[in-house]
Amino acid sequence: MSTAPTPAPTRATVPTPRTLRGARLPKWSPWALAGGSLVLAVLLGLVADMDNPAQLGLIAAVLFVLGTYGVAARVEGRRQAKDRVATSLVWVCFLLAVIPLASLLWETVRQGVKVLDFYFLSHSMGVVADTETGGGIYHAILGTLEQVGLATVVAVPVGVLTAVYLVEYGRGRLAKAVTFFVDVMTGIPSIVAGLFVLSFWILVLDMGYSGFAGSLALAILMMPIVVRSTEEMLKLVPNELREASLALGVPKWRTILKVVLPTSIGGITTGIMLAVARITGETAPVLLLVWGTNFINTNPFADPQASLPLYIYQQYANSAGYGAAYDRAWAAALTLIAIVMILNLVARGIARWKSPR
Amino acid sequence: MDTTTQNTEQPPPTPPEPASAATTAEEGRAARGATRPGDRVFLGLSRGSGIFLLVIMAAIAAFLAYRASIAIGKDEGNFLTTMEWNTNVDPPVFGIAVLAFGTVISSIIAMALAVPVAVGIALFITHYSPRRVGGVLAYVIDLLAAVPSIVYGLWGALVLVPHMEGLFGWLDTYFGWTGVFEWQEGAPRSLLTVGILLAIMILPVITNVSREVFRQVPRMHEEAALALGATRWEVIRMSVLPFGRSGVISASMLGLGRALGETMAVATVLSPTFKIHASLLDPGGGTFAQNIASKFGEATETGRDALIASGLVLFVITLLVNGAARMIIARRKEYSGANA
Amino acid sequence: MKLQRKNRLRALSLGVVAVSGALALTACGSDDTGSTGDGDASAAANTSSIKCDDAKGQLQASGSSAQKNAVDAWVKQYVRACKGVQINYNPSGSGAGVTAFLGGQTAFAGSDSALKPEEVTASKKVCSGGQAVDLPMVGGPIAVGYNVPGVDNLVLDAPTLAKIFDSRITTWDDEAIKKLNPDAKLPSTKIQAFHRSDESGTTDNFTKYLIAAAPDDWKYEGGKAWQAKGGQSAQGSSGLAQQVKQTEGAISYFELSYAGDGINAVRLKTDAADPVEATVENATKAISAAKITGTGKDLALEMNYKPTEAGAYPLTLVTYEIVCDKGNKAETLPATKSFLGYIASEDGQKQLADAKYAPIPEEIITKVRETVSNLS
Repeated sequence: MSTAPTPAPTRATVPTPRTLRGARLPKWSPWALAGGSLVLAVLLGLVADMDNPAQLGLIAAVLFVLGTYGVAARVEGRRQAKDRVATSLVWVCFLLAVIPLASLLWETVRQGVKVLDFYFLSHSMGVVADTETGGGIYHAILGTLEQVGLATVVAVPVGVLTAVYLVEYGRGRLAKAVTFFVDVMTGIPSIVAGLFVLSFWILVLDMGYSGFAGSLALAILMMPIVVRSTEEMLKLVPNELREASLALGVPKWRTILKVVLPTSIGGITTGIMLAVARITGETAPVLLLVWGTNFINTNPFADPQASLPLYIYQQYANSAGYGAAYDRAWAAALTLIAIVMILNLVARGIARWKSPR
Repeated sequence: MDTTTQNTEQPPPTPPEPASAATTAEEGRAARGATRPGDRVFLGLSRGSGIFLLVIMAAIAAFLAYRASIAIGKDEGNFLTTMEWNTNVDPPVFGIAVLAFGTVISSIIAMALAVPVAVGIALFITHYSPRRVGGVLAYVIDLLAAVPSIVYGLWGALVLVPHMEGLFGWLDTYFGWTGVFEWQEGAPRSLLTVGILLAIMILPVITNVSREVFRQVPRMHEEAALALGATRWEVIRMSVLPFGRSGVISASMLGLGRALGETMAVATVLSPTFKIHASLLDPGGGTFAQNIASKFGEATETGRDALIASGLVLFVITLLVNGAARMIIARRKEYSGANA
Repeated sequence: MKLQRKNRLRALSLGVVAVSGALALTACGSDDTGSTGDGDASAAANTSSIKCDDAKGQLQASGSSAQKNAVDAWVKQYVRACKGVQINYNPSGSGAGVTAFLGGQTAFAGSDSALKPEEVTASKKVCSGGQAVDLPMVGGPIAVGYNVPGVDNLVLDAPTLAKIFDSRITTWDDEAIKKLNPDAKLPSTKIQAFHRSDESGTTDNFTKYLIAAAPDDWKYEGGKAWQAKGGQSAQGSSGLAQQVKQTEGAISYFELSYAGDGINAVRLKTDAADPVEATVENATKAISAAKITGTGKDLALEMNYKPTEAGAYPLTLVTYEIVCDKGNKAETLPATKSFLGYIASEDGQKQLADAKYAPIPEEIITKVRETVSNLS
């Protein structure tokens, strides 16, 4: 875009412009300026006796922005100078954000691979104490998959049907109320959903801790996300398709099932996958409802189970600062990220595969 | 209805609103006329699930309100102003002042840091970076938005907190005189650290949605501006930002919602005490969600009800924030003309 | 439409792969029985005395995090001997443990404080025909850990501790500390006093001690929630130990078993001649001086926080296992009885010292054994 022809500034200092382009700084100038301000900052630091690298970086950044503005304003004019400052600010934003986020991924991978092996993935903690080495996350992976699976089974039909209702049938007060409350539900803090299920399911109905109790809370969190994304997707289905089908005398429910839903199935699946990825990482409701165990429990309907996010938290919180527990926590975090990433990739794959061509 | 909060792939041509409204009306007539059993069953099913959602919502609200009212009835202190959380003594004394303060302050810090940076990154991806780099970046940011908060918490406690001492020392040296940035050399597990961690956590979320919005700016707007001789910054300022404003706001609100309700990341990083400190660097304070998670274990019947009451307050705050966001978006839509 | 059919086929095969993958996953995992590492002779010898009887299935229990490390050690031995039993102890906190037990969700609870009368009444609902009883099983010396480089043998007394945790003594070279440690090189570092952010029996016992031994300097009521203002906090004993390890100038309280490598513990000055170290033996000595306040089968204890005898470490908490004396659930009774029988046995109690917990004195534990053998 920078190559787009710009008319010569009216206040050009050159009396007879040889080209229609205004004067421009050479391509290497930002790098030169960056290097220059860094050197200047270090020199300043030496003079003022400062040795904090972050501080020097800050000074260099300020010098760079000021320098860019000054030089550009002189050579290219004020407007171009502002443009250059904006560019460097955007770059600074980017670099600023990349540092912590890159560190997060890097640390997780670096620390995570230490104990991550087949043994770790195929064994539970069993009787291994938190301060000892050994043990694994098999029980947690299993628990997470079962809980998330159950939550999906509960939430997806309700969510999709509600979206169908809103888009295909919805009008009047009920639809408005549903839309509003779906929006409200999107904002429920996960711990509040957990509290609700706890007081209702476990304390009132006296059902005991189980993976399923956790799934209920996760389903509450998942439903509004599914409704919203499905709604958007259904709205994208061209009305011509519906009309054509209805005109052929196909009943409305068959039209929805055979025409509307198949057309938008790619987008709906993507939305569901993203919702699944989102609830896979929920810790708070699981902490209250699933309770955690160190042993393998394949039955999500009875007795406590484990789950990956909960496992990470417990290993961190019960570790008393012992390295072995931290290593396990990092490895579990890496596994969790991998699972979420796979879900995301699958979602993207489906979106691309099913997208209207 | 903001079509922007979903980060799913959307082809640019969104269906015009009036058309769909017209069809629903028309189809509504058809549905009423239809006596086919299949139609009735299907309508019943889909309406039923809508009603089911309503019932769940109502049940949550009613249940929380009921339990909360029990707890507040027993409270010896003032529920809103007492700076104490002592539910196991008889009579119980508790109040949400500290929690409300901590929640609001940490979220404000998070928003102040995350929103400008996120907009910057979104602009970087859509307008500054080379196309291919932008694509990869967008994917990485997408992925980071899906990283579970407990992982952010783990990273925050084990990596971020040790690295905060430098920043805290620096803030104390140069801005300590303000009182807000005074540091007593405690472990840097304060509200500021929480705010920074939350900012890092919601950054990908806000970036993601903003990027999606910026990408949908009609090319015509931008090219028109360029043709008039605008610089890249002027293009962004005059056509991209006005178009994307409501999207960015709703993205920010999405992020704010997460920051307000975040539990585990806060619980691992904060050193909670029931006291409001003038300095953001002093360890202490607490947030609603963190307090529920950490006090739950030892809570008695009343204690649980008290925690539920605080959860209800959090719920209401989140509701208000969402409502405000929706109002802002609705109003902006009328003026911006972006969706015309 | 041909395209779509192909897609459906592909989706179907994807589903098949996913399901079979999940099935494969459920089949291949196993519990880590800890048999890989230390198969030492003493461990093998210990397990021989465990009577499994007809115990089997999963046993759920929860409660005090103070005894977590002890339970970990017990469970390890026990599960090795009785292959059919899994014991899942969730260190969720004493209060949560009692609540879960009274709600009938667990077979027994661990608690740092004895049941209140109203809780005993409530227990009659889950214990058909009986009631819940407190059985003292573990003594835990509460170590006051600190992190002051160069200072190894810090001595403090109750009033000084009270002032430190009440933020009235703020630097390590304070006169009061100097007076107790004339030989130590105390730095002028700020004191970072950490307390529990969650409610806990450890806090309860720690403040009880301060109230009893330094009534003039600790004016707070006590209880499971930390009362004093100021100071910093962390979640759980583990969190406190973590902070003390990381933070220079830190001081905090937690069970001795959490005071692992690198944490020094304060020696307490009591009414006896010499300051007392936080050790297993000294804690047992202090528990011997406690008197039984429970009635009938209940064996609740009351500690003496101002001991005069030499070598009694008064800052000790006793963790009770809480079970029904009669009317335990039929399906968990054998496992409960067998496990509690093991931990009350001589071998079980011997196991404690290795995990840095204090065994219960002989005259009390014999009563516990009798109660356990009569559980029904």
